[in-house]
Amino acid sequence: MVKLIVDNKEIETEDEVTVLQACLDNKIYIPNLCYLKEMDNPPGSCRLCFVEIKGYNQPITSCTVKVKEGMEVRTNTEHVRRLQRTAFEFLLSVHHVDCKNCPANKKCELQRIAKFLHFGLKLKKLEQLEREEGVEQDHPFMEYVSNRCVLCGKCVFVCQKKNGKAMLSFAKRGLDTVISFFGEEDKAKTTCKECYACVEICPVAALIRK
Amino acid sequence: MQHTAEIEEEATLTDIASILTTFEKGRGSLIPILQMIQEKHKYLSALALQMVAKHLKMSACEVYGVATFYNQFRFYPPGKHQIKVCLGTACHVRGGDIILENFERKLEINVGETTPDREFSIDRVACVGCCALAPVSIIDDTVYGHMAPSKVEGLILGFEIEKEREKREKKKSESE
Repeated sequence: MVKLIVDNKEIETEDEVTVLQACLDNKIYIPNLCYLKEMDNPPGSCRLCFVEIKGYNQPITSCTVKVKEGMEVRTNTEHVRRLQRTAFEFLLSVHHVDCKNCPANKKCELQRIAKFLHFGLKLKKLEQLEREEGVEQDHPFMEYVSNRCVLCGKCVFVCQKKNGKAMLSFAKRGLDTVISFFGEEDKAKTTCKECYACVEICPVAALIRK
Repeated sequence: MQHTAEIEEEATLTDIASILTTFEKGRGSLIPILQMIQEKHKYLSALALQMVAKHLKMSACEVYGVATFYNQFRFYPPGKHQIKVCLGTACHVRGGDIILENFERKLEINVGETTPDREFSIDRVACVGCCALAPVSIIDDTVYGHMAPSKVEGLILGFEIEKEREKREKKKSESE
């Protein structure tokens, strides 16, 4: 067991876990979108889980740091919050905000983070950059709504974990990046009907059952 | 017409299959293989990507993900007339993106795609070296300078008339 201090409170956790996991286990919420407990190498791509750790000269993503005895972590400094709000605004600026008609309403991770950061779902500094609405219908059992997707990559991870080879993957690049089911129709017909792990893990209902 | 395209595709695939065996079966071979296919056959078809995936024991969507990440790969066969719209700095400033949009709308395809009849394909290029003529488009090997949205329709129409005439002449010579 390792003891560390988070926001002036001492918490105890197992060895070899990430700072983010340790905090979440101890009911200290840190916003995050792309992290899963099972990941060996968290991608650290959502840029939301920043914390300040004594000894580091700048905030660092808590999903990429393992806990150490006596670590002093602060999750709610001004610097951290500013980074999180900026990252969140970027995500929101390409997200089609239409909560009323969204199946994820009330259980959406973006809503939760917005509430936590006191941000609201309106942009402050950035302009809304609507991605073209594309609903991919190729899949026999699922739909993918691209302008809801936050590209966290959890669906790709869980699919790979569960089915050996991922049947979905990132495609294209930059603002056009999407999740694609390319070329897996045959396998999907048998496997996906019983799985739906990607749909369940999706934090924003970008992947939904047909 | 459809038939010849299918036969062509089949020949392409057998050719790819024979060369695939010369590549090592590691993930590291993926991009060299894709480059080889594109060089020999001008584009990556969906079936070709599936074959590559099988050879490398990767999932097809992963191959697709890698291929679509890079601008160098195309997924549609080049059209008979290749339209290249310059979006270099000078052309961009003079409204090259509007020209591109006009071509896209007129032909009802996106950049990088080919019309279903394989007559036209649109690509973007970054400077063709005659910025004084900006905005510039190149169709086949002819450079069209000082492009304007109004010229787009005329150019396409020109090719269509040309095609009609060829068809008529062919018919005529056949009946003679």
